[in-house]
Amino acid sequence: MIATHPSIKTNRKFKDQQYYKTDTDTYFLLPFRFHRLNEKREIIVNDCGDFLVVDRGMVEKIISKQIQPGDEIYPDLLANFFISEQPVPPLLNIMATKYRTKKSFLDHFTSLHIFVMSLRCEHTCHYCQVSRVSDNRTAYDMKRDHIDKGIGMMMRSPNPHVTMEFQGGEALLAFDNIKYAVEKAKEEAIKHDKQISFVICSNLALINEEILSYCKENDILLSTSIDGPAFIHNKNRHRLGNNSYELAVAGIRAAKQALGEDKVSALLTTSTLSLDYPQEIVDEYYKLGFRNIFLRPISPYGFAARNKERNFYSAGEFLEFYKKALHHVIAYNRIGEFYREDYTTIILKKILTPFPVGYVDLQSPAGMINNVIVFNYDGDIYASDEARMLAEMKDHTFRLGSLDTHSYEEIFYGEKARTFSDAWLNESLPGCADCAFQPFCGADPVFNYATQGDIYGHRPTSDFCHRNMEIIRYLFELMDNDKEVERIFRTWIKPNC
Amino acid sequence: MQLNTRGIPYYINKPLVARVTRNQDIDEEGNILITGDSAIHYLPKFSALLTGLPIAQLIPDKPAVYNVLSLDHLQEGDIVAINTDGIIQTLYRPGSKQNFLLFTERCNSNCLMCSQPPKNKNDGDYFYNIYSQLIPLLPTDCEEIGITGGEPTLLGDLFFQLLDQLKNHLPDTEIHCLSNGRTFAWREMTEQIASLNYERLMFGIPVYSDHAASHDYIVQAKGAFNQTMQGLYNLAAIGQRLEIRVVLHKQTIPRLKKLAHYIYRNLPFASHVAFMGLENQGYTPHNIDKLWIDPDDYMNELTEAAEYLDQMGMNVSIYNSQLCVMPERLWRFNRKSISDWKNIYLEKCAGCRLLNDCGGLFASCSEQHSKAIKPFL
Repeated sequence: MIATHPSIKTNRKFKDQQYYKTDTDTYFLLPFRFHRLNEKREIIVNDCGDFLVVDRGMVEKIISKQIQPGDEIYPDLLANFFISEQPVPPLLNIMATKYRTKKSFLDHFTSLHIFVMSLRCEHTCHYCQVSRVSDNRTAYDMKRDHIDKGIGMMMRSPNPHVTMEFQGGEALLAFDNIKYAVEKAKEEAIKHDKQISFVICSNLALINEEILSYCKENDILLSTSIDGPAFIHNKNRHRLGNNSYELAVAGIRAAKQALGEDKVSALLTTSTLSLDYPQEIVDEYYKLGFRNIFLRPISPYGFAARNKERNFYSAGEFLEFYKKALHHVIAYNRIGEFYREDYTTIILKKILTPFPVGYVDLQSPAGMINNVIVFNYDGDIYASDEARMLAEMKDHTFRLGSLDTHSYEEIFYGEKARTFSDAWLNESLPGCADCAFQPFCGADPVFNYATQGDIYGHRPTSDFCHRNMEIIRYLFELMDNDKEVERIFRTWIKPNC
Repeated sequence: MQLNTRGIPYYINKPLVARVTRNQDIDEEGNILITGDSAIHYLPKFSALLTGLPIAQLIPDKPAVYNVLSLDHLQEGDIVAINTDGIIQTLYRPGSKQNFLLFTERCNSNCLMCSQPPKNKNDGDYFYNIYSQLIPLLPTDCEEIGITGGEPTLLGDLFFQLLDQLKNHLPDTEIHCLSNGRTFAWREMTEQIASLNYERLMFGIPVYSDHAASHDYIVQAKGAFNQTMQGLYNLAAIGQRLEIRVVLHKQTIPRLKKLAHYIYRNLPFASHVAFMGLENQGYTPHNIDKLWIDPDDYMNELTEAAEYLDQMGMNVSIYNSQLCVMPERLWRFNRKSISDWKNIYLEKCAGCRLLNDCGGLFASCSEQHSKAIKPFL
């Protein structure tokens, strides 16, 4: 509480520092968590994501109240809301605002609406979760009736800004339906006073002038896949003619030229083959004109899970790859080239800024339902993209219902959503609840279920936990050891980059 | 530059605020005529006369100040207040971008480096009377006006009445109000600001340390840090534009980098952060041992703090510093910030080729300044 009214001072004699120190012989601990970063250093983190990296042994001193007001760290602990000189911290309101701000990605609820336009694809990527090679449009394309109903449900989202993402299979095989959906969604968005962004996910093999000019007219973003140089990409992404890489690169060039550099993005899927070529992959993205790369591990779903030889690797192997690739990206920055890694950037935003970061695959509450919903080609509704991939393996655990039979309320607030909500907060998951990295991490009930058999998961053996804890730990260590890296990292999180 | 003069008052029964002119033939009514002409006669359109002449040579037919020591500093169109004791204060100069209104000399803090030491007298009614006369006279094309003190918000209701008057009379003028922000810890104060809905109003509020006890010591007021922080949050919640001000001296330098982090992590809504060199005025000479550090010795800390905030997307300025003392990488943050009437350059600056880009020094710092000052030849 703010104690006294700012009265006019009557005595203007200067007093010394001692007079302004709180007259107390102890301090009170505010909630925080801690973690050992390495042999020398440990970290303390509070719920708002404020953190201090300190020497080993400091946490014990703090907790056992051995810190003295004259110690260098004492004001740091006060200023960063780790201790308080009063039982109720005087700036409790400010802590509350900071916490609210960090979680305000929740304010508007679901934004990303994925429409699986077709399961059909002319690629047969060995890690693909979902696609079919087929000409049967009626069996594998989304029907217009379902498109209408999906748009209707999207318009029910409380979010004033929704994103409509077209996925496949290869979404462009159903380009007529995409056009239909865009026109319909634009009409409805006006009626419901919503802003709407469009994204088409495509391998770009089928891109042509007509599609590009339609994308330009409607400000549609293109998201594609590049797995690295041709020898990796074509090995991962099979296609008749073995020319996936050549078509994707040509597609990216054409799309960037037609739509602008910032309208085309690419995602990397890390296969077992990729693990040996971190530098080559980073260089490839740079060569293609990208100044960002998203180092993404393979999802443990779909064909990827069946094809273990080519796609199974441990979290440890991925981390080794990630670190090598990250160092190579950092090396570009050291010689003055802007180039960033996207996953790192997401985590850095959580660490280095006081702002909310809602990223569907790493947030708490989890992105499923709260931030993303999937309308499958057959009208079924899934809690996330991974959930429908699981469904392609005949596991319908995360099927929330159908566009034909379920209302908005039944989907978003129904029994299933409530069950999943038990496991979508890392604040309340065993292992996560005590973890220092909790504010920078997330929860993923679908991943837990797919890899460990239940939506809660078991942290000590979880790949999700292993991967994210090590990435976060590593980023802190890098910044602690090398201030130049910290400076480079700050350039990555600048707004509008 | 001179802003005050005095003479012998003649029938000045209450403070009188008006524009000055030397033009006897002006059409406008209500101005104050400056004259040295003993032969002037009945001039009903003027509200008062100012003259250097003794009363024996010019017997005024209206309120006047005679035997005025100097009148040369008064320009056509300047607005002055004539006080009952014969002091003539310049309140507004149309040609200047550094006009400010001192709302009160009272303050609830007592900063070690205050350049305008507060007084305990209740002067609210006096200043309200002056400024409520002044505001309607201000030219509506005026770009910016500062409000200073003391702590202006201590005027209470009168503070809001003056702001309301400014908003109505000068809708296009930027108003920059200095405040320690403490009174805004009370929601009623913030709600009154909110109900003004004054888009052109910006508050400049100092935060001197991320450590409450250190801030409280610098401003010599227990609990001030927590009040200022709560005040900033209350103001931010209503969307008020805010500037954070940090004075650079021996007490603020040791935690300057940590303060920068604190500002970004806790006050990211601030539209501007200003780092300001010390003015050797008011209390500062008295406390110089507690305050002085050669700016040359804090450039590393200042560089880290300014570049960090800049990198995080905040708007940073450095005031009251000299180019020759700053590393070149900080020049882009440098602003020529010292008001014209107290801005000087040293003798040795005469041959400097960057003089026009340099903010120079406070007049009060002619002796107390960095040893690193040297001209770029």
